[in-house]
Amino acid sequence: MQTLPPQLITARPLLAARNLTRRYGSIVAVDDVSLVVYSGETLGIVGESGSGKSTVLRLLNLEEPADEGQVTLNVPGYGDTNLFSLERFQRRQVQIRHIGIVYQNPHQGLRMRVTSSGNVAERLILAGERRYATLREAARDSLAVSEFPLERMDDLPAKLSGGMQQRVQLAKAIALKPALLLLDEPTTGLDVSVQALVLDTLMRLQRERQIATIVVSHDLGVIRTLADRVMVMRRGRVVEQGLTDQVLDDPQHPYTQQLVHAKL
Amino acid sequence: MPSLAQLAQPNQDYSYGFLDAFAKRELRRRMLKAIALPGYQVPYASRELPIARGWGTGGLQVTLSLAGPNDTVKVIDQGADDSVNAANLRRFISRMTGVATTTDTNAASLIQSRHRIPEERLNEGQVLVLQVPDPEPLRGVQPDISRARQMHADADYALMWLGLYEQLVRYGRFVQGASYPVIVHQRYLMSPSPIPRWDTPSLHQAAHLTLLSAGREKRLYAVPPYTDVYPIEFADVYFQVEDQSGRVCMITGAGNKFMDELPQTDGTSLYRISDTGYIEKLVKQQRGEAAHVGETYYDEAGQFYHAGFLKSTQGNSARSADFSPRVGQDAD
Ligand SMILES: Nc1ncnc2c1ncn2[C@@H]1O[C@H](COP(=O)(O)OP(=O)(O)O)[C@@H](O)[C@H]1O
Ligand SMILES: [Mg+2]
Repeated sequence: MQTLPPQLITARPLLAARNLTRRYGSIVAVDDVSLVVYSGETLGIVGESGSGKSTVLRLLNLEEPADEGQVTLNVPGYGDTNLFSLERFQRRQVQIRHIGIVYQNPHQGLRMRVTSSGNVAERLILAGERRYATLREAARDSLAVSEFPLERMDDLPAKLSGGMQQRVQLAKAIALKPALLLLDEPTTGLDVSVQALVLDTLMRLQRERQIATIVVSHDLGVIRTLADRVMVMRRGRVVEQGLTDQVLDDPQHPYTQQLVHAKL
Repeated sequence: MPSLAQLAQPNQDYSYGFLDAFAKRELRRRMLKAIALPGYQVPYASRELPIARGWGTGGLQVTLSLAGPNDTVKVIDQGADDSVNAANLRRFISRMTGVATTTDTNAASLIQSRHRIPEERLNEGQVLVLQVPDPEPLRGVQPDISRARQMHADADYALMWLGLYEQLVRYGRFVQGASYPVIVHQRYLMSPSPIPRWDTPSLHQAAHLTLLSAGREKRLYAVPPYTDVYPIEFADVYFQVEDQSGRVCMITGAGNKFMDELPQTDGTSLYRISDTGYIEKLVKQQRGEAAHVGETYYDEAGQFYHAGFLKSTQGNSARSADFSPRVGQDAD
């Protein structure tokens, strides 16, 4: 991995979430979570199942409103706006143009009855592109970047392997060159060898594009590979955060210590 | 002994046209709203009629609440005036309103139709009522009707282009035949009812008023006169009508009109113009009898009357006639 010379960060973070809380009835799925992510940086989120990781990503993808808290994204026109205060249509525009997401379950991120290239083209269509030739080209380009076998670009996702489905999701997520990329357990459920290949693709993408990325995984190997910083969640709360090596090699919180020893 | 007629209630004017005054007022108010918001689906209170839902009750309620003693009504079903369905509706309308009926498109003030727009151009002052089985053009991409309403509110129609993309990738052309979706007045996405693609351009900047009504779904919508109606298409792949070139009507010898295909036992096909009222006039004219044949939407060479509206008429609709008229109770 190419390393940048150390520099003092004076720029504004690309993404800033403040005091996010999300309740489902009596369950507090996310409890007072704040985080920032800078351009070109990857933040990992770890924690046991049910600790609220996916809910944080859904909030950041503006899929559902937080009960409390704010999210700002430093993109043209919206830099100072709490994105939860936008009306439905504008919120979708921000989501389409500036945020990409890959879900653990491809059924959540893909239309199974639409061709793979169509799934990717959809992003451009939603952003207003109305030239068929351009859509074809962009879908092909984006699938190529996610290292998807192009001869299968017009197959239905249902006919593809799990690894290929994740590549289609990734191609769709990055088709419009978003500022923020959200990865929810992107390699969970894949064979180990396939997992490694998908991780390779993600690392290449990190090098080539200055995307701010958040990757959720309970696989600490994935986090170690991709994340610069890591945040540990338990029961909706952040219990520890810091540089990845620091947190994983020298965990301070008893819960993190448990996690690390159980997994490594 | 008094006769039955003497004993019966005398006819009362206030129930003219079968529907009671409240039903007609409801429909007329909804129609006014629909005309004010071209392409917008207006819900209405649909009445029971002595005709089963699915056989044109939506169109019929509109026709009954518009018809007055001075109207002349034409009823067609897939182009034909003489089909059982059209004949039934025509008889019912004429009995309930006393209006004159006709098969001549130019002579009618009110035309109720299922699945076709006549070949002859409608003029100012004429009203076309289309029976609609399914008013929601977003159903294919958004089965949840309340989400579909939100999409209409936001004019968020992008997913329709994903549908077009898929058709091109899989079939190399737009395969949607009937009910080809259109954008009305640069605002609402609208299903023009199951008319063939051939008829879709006839709605654009038309001189007449079109009212579309779905009895089962209880929604009506309108295209007012001189309103823009554009079929959805790509900036580089265009909407096309069914290719009728090379087809000759077996009765009139005419070409470049929308034809019904009549497959023969030897595997070939004969063609007949689907608009029977138009055939009738052409035949009269050919016999030397007096007949006023009106101007048509497409001329003898197949050119649409708004020059340039159809960017191309040939090409990826080569396998045409994929408008296959369905039989039976689907139009409401
Ligand atoms: N839509 C929902 N409705 C009700 N409860 C939910 C919903 N989504 C998540 N939860 C609950 O919120 C908690 C956090 O879930 P989640 O964010 O999926 O955790 P993780 O991704 O860390 O496994 C869990 O207790 C889960 O059951
Ligand atoms: Mg999860």
